Formats: sequence, structure tokens, C-alpha cells
Amino acid sequence: MFNRQIAQRIAFILISLTALLVILPIFAILGYIVAKGIGAISWEFLTSMPRNGMKEGGLLPAIVGTLLLTLGTGMIAVPIGVGAAIYLAEYAGDNALTRAIRIAIINLAGIPSVVYGLFGLGLFVIFLRFGTSILAGSLTLGIMTLPVIISTAEEALRAVPQEFRLVSTSLGGTRWQTIRRVVLPQALPGIITGIILGLERAAGETAPILFTVAAFFLPRLPSSILDQTMALPYHLFVISTQVPGMPIRIQYGTALVLLVFVLSMNVLATLIRRHYRKQRVW
Amino acid sequence: MKRLPGLLTQKRTVSFSEFLIERLIGLTGLSAVALVIMIFFFLIREGVPAFFEVPFSSLWSTRWYPIEDYFGLLPLIAGSALVTIGAAAIALPLGLTTAIFIAEIVPRWAREFLKPLVEVLAGIPSVVIGFMGMLVLAPMVRVALDIPTGLTAFTGMILLAWMALPTVVSVVEDVLDTVPRTYRDAGLALGMTRWQTIWRIVLPAGRSGILTALMLGVGRAIGETMTVMMVTGNAARMPYAPSDFFMSVRTMTATIAAEMGEVAQGSAHYHVLFAVGLTLFVITFLVNIAAAAMVFRQAKRSERMLS
Repeated sequence: MFNRQIAQRIAFILISLTALLVILPIFAILGYIVAKGIGAISWEFLTSMPRNGMKEGGLLPAIVGTLLLTLGTGMIAVPIGVGAAIYLAEYAGDNALTRAIRIAIINLAGIPSVVYGLFGLGLFVIFLRFGTSILAGSLTLGIMTLPVIISTAEEALRAVPQEFRLVSTSLGGTRWQTIRRVVLPQALPGIITGIILGLERAAGETAPILFTVAAFFLPRLPSSILDQTMALPYHLFVISTQVPGMPIRIQYGTALVLLVFVLSMNVLATLIRRHYRKQRVW
Repeated sequence: MKRLPGLLTQKRTVSFSEFLIERLIGLTGLSAVALVIMIFFFLIREGVPAFFEVPFSSLWSTRWYPIEDYFGLLPLIAGSALVTIGAAAIALPLGLTTAIFIAEIVPRWAREFLKPLVEVLAGIPSVVIGFMGMLVLAPMVRVALDIPTGLTAFTGMILLAWMALPTVVSVVEDVLDTVPRTYRDAGLALGMTRWQTIWRIVLPAGRSGILTALMLGVGRAIGETMTVMMVTGNAARMPYAPSDFFMSVRTMTATIAAEMGEVAQGSAHYHVLFAVGLTLFVITFLVNIAAAAMVFRQAKRSERMLS
């Protein structure tokens, strides 16, 4: 009896130690970036153009670029993704086509982000002649985000109890009316959570925008969707690897802005999920 | 979930707009299939010419030096393989223990806090992790191992393993969840300790899922681009000996990301980079299909176990 208790204690201690090896660096990274980067943050840093080979000035074009790309990604991925989720959850039968769609989604989710970049370059930039532009970048990021949105939205739709659909139909609702008025509103918090998580990933990606939209240094705001733009993740890559003599303070400041941008979306998604899970009546 | 009863799916007279909306939804449903085919098509269209423009003997060589038309892919493939296998070897045991820690050991309130925290890790952009790797981990590796540069395959492996962890942890957690509660209760009722129950009952019952976690972790690691580009040093050289773990390597993804911006469109170099992308696409396709097949088999198996 004694030995078994000791064995359990040793095993749990070892497991806890290795788990801490995984968990503590998360705090370490976040804390380190905040500590090193907070000094660079000022109103000017967030709202002015980069100057003097990006060694001075601010991040405005990169922040605006990332906002526009996130918005563009949403405009592409949300309608298609939610539509596909409705199809899979409410219309699709158990047949070969549905299986093909599911395999396709799994594969879309697994394609390396840089390969999305290649695809965007081949299709949008070159074949469709959009050039390196916000349009091409948003389309590329939108396609990359689709599988996340489809999977989470489908899960949210499937979580709506079957009785809701039965009641609506028994009251004379057509299938689309049932989805539109009953199922979608019930699933909305889950769908929104999925959308935010998908956009969070898109906002932080660098590889897909390398050849489709990102500008190395472009100290003005884009005036149309066919313009190039700077973007936060690419900007961080540029100033930490491509520009010699970059002040470290600006590097950490940029990393902090990107991190806050991305993780605030993560927190928002978690809060929405918590809030509605409590309110849910089923 | 059960299909809708017949009444619900019955055709009835609907307005034209409704008809239109339902067709549109059907179309979006097909989008995923269409996109996978399109991606495959464009990678072939731009990548396959490489095999006609560059002799096979050149592609199958160990020298990657595109400026002088040396397109040896072996060092890139070896670099990707080295970093990916290393990352998987680190991520699997750590993911396993972390998942056990979160799912079985810590109290409930800590679980509510740790699960979102691991999701936060998944949300940190890879360029930020690469940035920290360059500035913090690489110098640590350099000093600890007393080597000339910290930008090595080893540094990349550690970071990739860490980034693959959320995937591995969530898959293993799902597996631990599918092991029926009654199995654990039976173990505990027989007087086993919690650890004995985990080790002798829960883990064996979920072992097939652990392979799935490994494959998805590999799929995640092999496609990672920015982090490896920033921390592995990007020297396209063949690793031969175990000591090459601590040398600089260059992966397939990093090569595409670093060079595609500078090549002339339609040149041999351009086509070769697309061919590298095509190779990555095929590899991840196979890995994900295999993982999905395993998940499917496992679902069937646990249905049998529960029935």
C-alpha cells in the first residue's frame, strides 16, 4: 500500500513538472514582451508613420493594414464559412459528397500557411491580376480561415436541440425559416466565437501575406483595396530580421502591439462563450 | 446527432428567395472541395514545369544554390524532416503529460484556467514566437552548448514542439474524455490508486488516439514557416551526423518564404519553389487523411466499447 502511494506521488510530481515546463514559458513570453515593450508604447507610436528607415516614428500603417486585412478576411470567410456550416449541419445527407466535403475541410485546415501564400500568389496575384494587394491578401487569408469557421459554426449549429427545429416545423415554418429564425439565433454566440478565433489566427499570420499583400516599408495609408499595405506580423518580421541596427525597444513594442491585438480577440471569444453558456436555457 | 425525421425534410412549396438561398448554401457547402482542388491545381500548374526545366539529377542532389542554378532539394527535405521529427519527439511526451496534468490531476478550478491558457499559446502568432526565439532562446542555446550560433535545428525543434503542443494536448484530452467513466470507477473500486487507474486503464484504453495526436502534431510542425525561418539559421546544408542537430538547417517552408519574394515570375527557381510547395501539400494531405482515418476508426471503436 505504501509503495503504491509513493509511486503515485512520484508520477504526479514528474507529470506536474513537465506540464509546468509547457505552461510557465507561456507566462514568461507574455510577461517578457509586456515588460520590454511597454516602454515603447505611446500615442505617437500607435498613430504616426514610421520614419528614418522605421527606426523612429510609429506603427500606424501596419496597424491599419492588419485591421483592414482582418476585416477583409472576415468578409470573405464569414459568409462562405457559415453557409457551409449550415449546409453540413442542416442539409447534408450521410453520403459520399458529405464525406468528400469533410475530408476537404480537414485538408484545408492542415495545409501549411506558406502554401496558402503560394496559392494566393498563383491565383489572385498573377492569374486574376489583382497584383500584391489588400484584395489578394484578404482572399488568401479568408480561404485559410474557412476551415476554422466551418468547424466551429457547424458544432454550434449541431448543439441546438432537435426539439427546437421540430417545434418550428410543427408551427408551419419552412426549413429555411426554421434555420433563419430558430436555429441560427440559438447558435449565434458559438458561431461568433468561432469567427473571432478564426480571424485571430488570420490577423497573426505572416506567411500567407508575404507574397500577396505585405509591403516592406510603405509610410502611407492604403487608398484602395488594390493597394499594398504594411501589416503588423510582417512588420515585426522585417524589423527583427531584415533591418540592421533596429532599436530593440521598437521591436518589443511592435511585438506587444501585435500580441495585444491578437490575444484580445482570444479573450473576447472566451468571454462571449462563457457569457452565453451561462445564459443558455438548454 | 440523428437525422431530421422525414416530416422535417419533406419538400414543400417555398418562395423563390428561399429556393435561391438554399441553393447558395449548397454552393458554399461545396466550397471546401472546390478550394482543395483549386489549390492542388495551381500548385501543379506552377510547380510541375520545374520537373521539365531542371534535370532530375539536379533536384535529387545535396546542393541548393539557386543563383547558380543548383536546385538540390535533399537538404531542404532533410532539414524539414530533422526539425519535424525532433519537434514531434519532444511534443508527444510533453503533450501527453500536460494533458494528463490538466485532465486528471489538477482540481476543477485550475482546469478552467489552464485550458484557455493552452489556447492562448495556440493563438500567439508564429512570428512573435520566432522573435522571442531569436532574442531569448537562441542565445541561451548558444551559451549552454558553447556553440558558435544559437540559430540551430535544435532551437527550431524546441519552439516547434512547444507550438505543436496545443494540438497534441487537445487531442489527448479528447481521447481521455472518451474513456468511459465506468472504467475509472471500476479501477478505483478495486482499490487502485488514481495513478494506477490512469496508467493501467485510461492510457491503454486511449492509446490509438495518441497516434492521432502525434500525426496532427507532425502536420502542424512540418508546415510551420515563420518560426523556423527565424531561428534555424537557414543554411541549406545536408545534416549527416547527430551533431548536426546543433547546426543551422533550412526547411522547405522557410525556403519558400525567404526566396519567393525575390524570384522572377516564370523562372526555373520560381517553378522549383512551387514544386516544394506542392511536395508540402501532398505530405500534409497524406498525414491529415491518415489522422482523420484513425479518428474515425477510434470513434467506431469507442462506440463499440460503450454499447
